[in-house]
Amino acid sequence: MLISRRKTVAWAMGTVAAMFAVTGALAQDGPIRIGSITTLEGPFATGGQDAYRAMEMAFEAIDYTVGGRQIEWIRESSNATPDVALARARKLIEQDDVDIIIGPLSGAEGIALRDYSRTLEGKTIVNGSSGAADTTLRDPSPNFFRFNTEGTQWMAGLGTYAYEEMGSRHVALVAADYAFPYAQVFGFMHEYCELGGAVTKLWSPLNTTDFSSIIAQFPSDVDAVVLIQGGTDALAFLTQYAEVGGDLPIIGGSITADQTLLSARGPHQSLMEGMVAAGPIADLNEDPNWQDFVARYRERWGSEGFDSPSIHAVNYYTNTIAVIQALEEVGGDLSDNQQAFQAALASAEFTAPTGANVALDHNRQAISDIFLTRIVNDGGTMRTEAFGRTENVSQTLGMEQEAFLALGSPSRDNPDCPPAR
Amino acid sequence: MIMMTTRQWLATAAGVAILLSLPLFLPNFWLVNIFGRAMVYGVVALSLTFLAHYGGFVSLAQTMLAGVAGYAVAMMAPTAIPLGPMAMPYYAAIPLAVLAATIAGAIVGMIAVNTREIYLLMITLALAVGFSLFAQSNITWFRGYEGIRNIVGPEIMGLPFRAPLVFYYVALGVAVSMFLLVLYVVRTPFGLVLQAIRDSDRRAAAIGYYVGLHRIASFALAGFIAGWGGVLITFYNIGITPSSIGLWATVAVLIMAVIGGLGHPLGAFIGALIYTVMDTFASSIIGHDRFNTLIGVVFLAIVLLSPDGVWGFGKRLTAAVGKAPQRTVDREKTS
Amino acid sequence: MSLQFILTVTLNGLTLAALYFIVASGFSLIFGLMRTVNMAHGSLYMVGAYVGFAVYDPLYASDVWASHAWLIGVVAGILAAALVGLLMQVVLLGWMQGQELRQALVTIGLSIIIADQLLFLFGGNPFRFFTPELLFGPTELPVIGRYPIFRLFQVVLAIAVGIGLWLLLNKTKLGIVVRAGVDDRQMLAACGVNVPLVAATVFALGAALAGLGGVIGATAQPMALGVDARFLLMSLVVVIVGGMGSIGGTALGALLIGLAEQWGQVLFPTYSVILTFVIMATVLAVWPQGLLGRKPT
Repeated sequence: MLISRRKTVAWAMGTVAAMFAVTGALAQDGPIRIGSITTLEGPFATGGQDAYRAMEMAFEAIDYTVGGRQIEWIRESSNATPDVALARARKLIEQDDVDIIIGPLSGAEGIALRDYSRTLEGKTIVNGSSGAADTTLRDPSPNFFRFNTEGTQWMAGLGTYAYEEMGSRHVALVAADYAFPYAQVFGFMHEYCELGGAVTKLWSPLNTTDFSSIIAQFPSDVDAVVLIQGGTDALAFLTQYAEVGGDLPIIGGSITADQTLLSARGPHQSLMEGMVAAGPIADLNEDPNWQDFVARYRERWGSEGFDSPSIHAVNYYTNTIAVIQALEEVGGDLSDNQQAFQAALASAEFTAPTGANVALDHNRQAISDIFLTRIVNDGGTMRTEAFGRTENVSQTLGMEQEAFLALGSPSRDNPDCPPAR
Repeated sequence: MIMMTTRQWLATAAGVAILLSLPLFLPNFWLVNIFGRAMVYGVVALSLTFLAHYGGFVSLAQTMLAGVAGYAVAMMAPTAIPLGPMAMPYYAAIPLAVLAATIAGAIVGMIAVNTREIYLLMITLALAVGFSLFAQSNITWFRGYEGIRNIVGPEIMGLPFRAPLVFYYVALGVAVSMFLLVLYVVRTPFGLVLQAIRDSDRRAAAIGYYVGLHRIASFALAGFIAGWGGVLITFYNIGITPSSIGLWATVAVLIMAVIGGLGHPLGAFIGALIYTVMDTFASSIIGHDRFNTLIGVVFLAIVLLSPDGVWGFGKRLTAAVGKAPQRTVDREKTS
Repeated sequence: MSLQFILTVTLNGLTLAALYFIVASGFSLIFGLMRTVNMAHGSLYMVGAYVGFAVYDPLYASDVWASHAWLIGVVAGILAAALVGLLMQVVLLGWMQGQELRQALVTIGLSIIIADQLLFLFGGNPFRFFTPELLFGPTELPVIGRYPIFRLFQVVLAIAVGIGLWLLLNKTKLGIVVRAGVDDRQMLAACGVNVPLVAATVFALGAALAGLGGVIGATAQPMALGVDARFLLMSLVVVIVGGMGSIGGTALGALLIGLAEQWGQVLFPTYSVILTFVIMATVLAVWPQGLLGRKPT
């Protein structure tokens, strides 16, 4: 036991010494160190890879130099769980001594990093692609910035479109039973219920792949289906709905029409064509900013990348260029606990690659434009196409924060507008 | 487990002394995020090692029991966001959380009392996953998918819990206490009966011991140990979510215990340290993407080549180098 | 709640149970003979689906083979899973026969590696098989109305698998050997039976069932990383509830779990995922060996 213990300690010390040798020589006036966290493991890996493609483009465009200082980019990967994201953030800040973190990808991770950022001094965390409302809405952190919009904002305009343009009065809403869909449902129903529509909600556990019994519960008088599900679950629903011969128009959530759904062949395609949704991006968008971004993305990545940049690519890119722009403004000066840099971030205004205007509110959350989209058959390939735009959507949907918070947290039961019996 | 000799007490004291003085040598990152983290997860792995080595149960419910304590302390924490209806000061919340894990441990013991080995592994795995799914579905208490956040822990002597020295010494204190607790318990009559039951439950029953009761009590004790780990892990992670106790977290604790070696309580901490170092630095060495393959291969190699883990390997190495290899190996087998 | 609705949900549960039975019967078969708890069973399911799809996808895109693509995919999936299973047994598990816990740990290690390698080889994009023409679309059922043919096909297939296993175990020499092995392995070896060969055959067969389940499952539902854990857990729960190593018990367990999932989704959607675990704990409390399990000797 004695020897073994000694060995353990000696081994640990040796490792420590080795690590010092690697990371010990850090200079204060050296390059700006930017760390990033995304998800390169497990089911979200493809989104994470695309996020890093976009970040790489943003850094390459300035040749890894800003305000006369070199940018050193340290990449980390989590597995989409908050504990791991936090461990990676700690390593970046405390071991790699980065100045700024860009990330993470998923909602619960974002909340964990917000909590961590509150304990930091002179460091800044800028969101990657995470979209939980509470990250910035309730109890925000002064060191956490988010230049992308989130789940509730993304649905702006959709409820109104469903009621007024599609003439829908009663929808069956099929949504996964967790925080992100609650936010999306809130955004949709906020408009749709206000106008007088009725909603029958059917919640399914996360990762449901068998929707047959949910489909069997549709009331006979519904005139559309609102589908707030992620890629795989949405694909499962649509296929099973097609297999029982369902034919109601489908209204999607912001992540319903992702690459999974669009690129898969199968019987769901007939239902999918024409599906309307709302969200921060669309594959086909006439805005020149987007045309330019897609062209550069395709040129840079070719067949390695997606056919069109994903939502994660756009979000990471938007947040990265906000960082670059703010660094430029302060001439790469991160001294004085990054005060000048954070002030520059807070007042940043720019155009996202989608062509949307971006500005921050007092919680350091983006106010930006949201697109209405529909799925079109673009020469044999299914794509989303923008056909409308709601400008400057705030996190509180245009309301005062007090009044908005008084509506309560989005949940299974909030909001509610069931059909009259 | 044999009685601790003077030499072993000295070794333990020396080890503790080294760990106590680590803050003099190590930067905060190593102190908190390598050694501190390894110790708090090591406590959960210790509860598994305790059950496996002295009781003969490889339980996959230990992460879940840690999670019971973690969620309990989060629900009662005065700093929680959103604040729970049962908010109370930390000094009350922490013991209650550990109590909750102890009771939960006893319940797991009751469910699994008639099963052993491989059945137990399956049942405890299913229980663990069931619990994490429940936490994910329940909004009222567990806050669903996003979990309960901002569980920063109590202030100690005016310093926030996350202050590196505070966290490190608390983690060290808890880890050493739990380690000594296990060493103590296994020498008590209760611990000896437990080992007798492990070796032959019929014989122990024939002598007149309540086999079931001893098993349930050992699970309760394991729950108590895991509960302390769970509370500290929750403070370390500034909160708890269903993924903190999900399948991957469950398997990670098993990996720690097995890599370190199920044959000795210290193996849990060695395994936790190795896992933590790998988890932190593997991505800088082999790239981010294939970490799971690496950890899987290491785990597989240990199980195939040295089933008693790094601890056992070290022991055999020591024996091989030393004068009387045969005796040491024999003693291990009969201990 | 109309009769039509009740029957529809029940039939949904039944068809889901059919898929569960196909996968879990392989798990149960392996466990029955070798007492090996194959924690990589879900990974074999995934191997079947991924390899099956890798073969199916280009064929489906070609003109000549499109009509047979699904069937070829099924065969490829079965073969791939059987091969991986065979290798697992021969290379790793065979020589530690009887060390059940160690075997379980080895398969846990394997499942971690396989999942990561599948991600590496095939990427993280979810996919699904396109239901073959013959089995696509709804058919008319009395009372229920339109119902997908493929789901009914799952039931037919599950019954076929069940009957096939019954015949194999009860009417063939291999079956006699396997059943004898379940009762007493040592005696079997003493009688001159090549136990390692039998073990390898049974393991490959169990793995093949997981592979078949993988392709069927990826036709009925989209396939994505992470389903290995789901189908492993489902297999565990099904055989714990039904009784370890009993094909009849597996069928009963699959029925209970399939029905519970579908009815749970209707009656209390929030907690439907937990219902299966509640059933498991209840069964354990009352019948520790499972509903149709035998007391281990």
